[in-house]
Amino acid sequence: MKIEYVRTTCPYCGCGCEMLLETVDGRITQTLPSKTNPMNQGKLCIKGWNVHEFVQSPRRLTRPLLKKDGVLQEASWDEALNFTASRLQEIKTKHGGDSMAFLSSAKCSNEENYLFQKFCRVGFGTNNVDHCARL
Amino acid sequence: MTNSIPEIEDADCIFIIGSNTSVAHPLIASRIYKAKAKGAKIIVADPRRIHVTSVADIHVRQKLGSDVALINGVMNVILSKGLHDKAFIEERTEGFEKLEQTLKNYPPEKASEITGVSPEDIEKIAIAFASSDKSTILYAMGITQHSHGVDNVKSLANLSMLTGKIGKPSCGVNPLRGQNNVQGACDMGGLPNVYPAYQVVTDENNRKKFEELWNTQLSSKVGFTIMEMMHGLEDGSIKGMVILGENPAGSDPDVKHVKHALEEAEFLAVIDIFLTDTAKIADVVFPGASFAEKDGTFSNTERNVLRIRKAINPPGEARPDWQIICDISTRFGLPMTYESPEEIFEEIALVTPSYAGLNYARLENGPIPWPCPTNDHPGTPILHKDRFTRGRGLFHALEYRPPEELADEEFPILLTTGRFFPHYHTGTMTHNSITLENEMSEGYIEIHPYDAKDIGLTSGENCKIVSRRGEVITKAVITDIVEPGTIFMSFHFMEANANVLTNPALDPICKIPEYKVCAVRVEKLEESNTPEIKAVISA
Repeated sequence: MKIEYVRTTCPYCGCGCEMLLETVDGRITQTLPSKTNPMNQGKLCIKGWNVHEFVQSPRRLTRPLLKKDGVLQEASWDEALNFTASRLQEIKTKHGGDSMAFLSSAKCSNEENYLFQKFCRVGFGTNNVDHCARL
Repeated sequence: MTNSIPEIEDADCIFIIGSNTSVAHPLIASRIYKAKAKGAKIIVADPRRIHVTSVADIHVRQKLGSDVALINGVMNVILSKGLHDKAFIEERTEGFEKLEQTLKNYPPEKASEITGVSPEDIEKIAIAFASSDKSTILYAMGITQHSHGVDNVKSLANLSMLTGKIGKPSCGVNPLRGQNNVQGACDMGGLPNVYPAYQVVTDENNRKKFEELWNTQLSSKVGFTIMEMMHGLEDGSIKGMVILGENPAGSDPDVKHVKHALEEAEFLAVIDIFLTDTAKIADVVFPGASFAEKDGTFSNTERNVLRIRKAINPPGEARPDWQIICDISTRFGLPMTYESPEEIFEEIALVTPSYAGLNYARLENGPIPWPCPTNDHPGTPILHKDRFTRGRGLFHALEYRPPEELADEEFPILLTTGRFFPHYHTGTMTHNSITLENEMSEGYIEIHPYDAKDIGLTSGENCKIVSRRGEVITKAVITDIVEPGTIFMSFHFMEANANVLTNPALDPICKIPEYKVCAVRVEKLEESNTPEIKAVISA
């Protein structure tokens, strides 16, 4: 049995509480507050204490889904990626880059947000990128 | 935030306006309680009797959307009592004369008429805030989500500068960000008008810099905001959309309309960890990784850049979102060959002046607040210490403007929205958490006993709420947390979502929708239903 404690940051509100995810053989068993972080000082709220529950929910998406005959169906990564790339190419060629819009995410990391806006601005020559800061 | 979270507990006066702190930011609320225990004066301006009012020295319940008039009234008193910081105004600001002129129109009696707050309370707030040594302002979406949200924020900045309570420890103007990385998403240029670090796209020098860095040609045209994208889908100017980890079909105002717009898209791709209402409409859905399954950084509300670290593998074939973006981009014909989030972060530091001094090795020792321009810079917990970003702080002389939609005969009650303690946003995460779902598995409206009596509602009974956009059926909980003429509702529950009702009227500058005020009608259902008695006395 392998037990590990991984220090990370809570994904709920903007407080930025640090926490330890306790894992046993590759599954999170509990969430503990970081005692050294000056922000949360060993405390978490009810959402933070239970953060591992949604992570390991059986309802998580595990395979790409592609709409076939009007219904979303499981597909391979290759199929989903190739379909996406070709549709994006078609729209860009036919209607121009400004006909695409990109919604970035306040739930994703800085690295992911950076890449996403770069993909939009460089790939399509448009600034049509926004996220839910206002919502 | 201009200041850091730990500083809050050393403030002498905390002015909380439009923030349900104990629900939305519990660990910031605990700092407020600590400050109170150390003797700080707590002022809460909120139309609802939220939990944090239990420690308030002064609680005022301003009418929905009347914040500019309230703050102008407070500033009028500060000026007339000579409590403003003359040296600070002289040395650090400009535009004071215009503000002074405008404030003449807001004596406490006039402000009281607009806001419903007594002139005495307006005076009390002014004296407490201006005469305390360290006064801080905490606000959240209750200030911003209005058709005059920008005016509200500028008014708070006016108050802070007028009293010289900025650029100093335990002072400042502090927006509490509702989402873990809304700060970071903005910092990274996830906005239609700016590149990373708020470098505007219309400035030729900025554009040239990024064109060189990214080896490309960039557009000089400001892009669409989220609400404009939705309109674009409907009028055909937007054909396709890629959505990363967001659920506009639940979170945007007037969701019926938004869903319709998304259905109009010729192509819609969604990257998410759950099959959200938005993902259900998509042509293709990619399974992403949660925060526990990838490396990276978040930037919190106090501008601290914090690491997230991979603890477990993503489920099934799910992949980290950064990898999915690279995969799509590469197949699209724009190769992205990043090996790790750390490599991406190195590029971020290169193009983002405020992050220039940050790297994963430094963040190993703990979070660092930006701006952090060089490798030996310790980070900046307090902004605007010696000068403002623009040089002098600019006062804005602002007049009160009413919300777009007011109560009338047909829709006599005002609806305001927010969160409940165990849930979060559209509930994608919290409804999938057994403990949180057990705390609260269905939504409800809060309605005042007077209104409930008029309508003939019993606590726990289902009722229908109708606005100009749509209608929902949900339980009524009769409580004095809300004032007569006002109901409160969350957008956590997709089966009875407040955003079916909310008004998509936008602030003219920042395009934020007016979630916090819209006119509705509450109807008793004709079919009788067995009421379940649920006593809620107060927060």
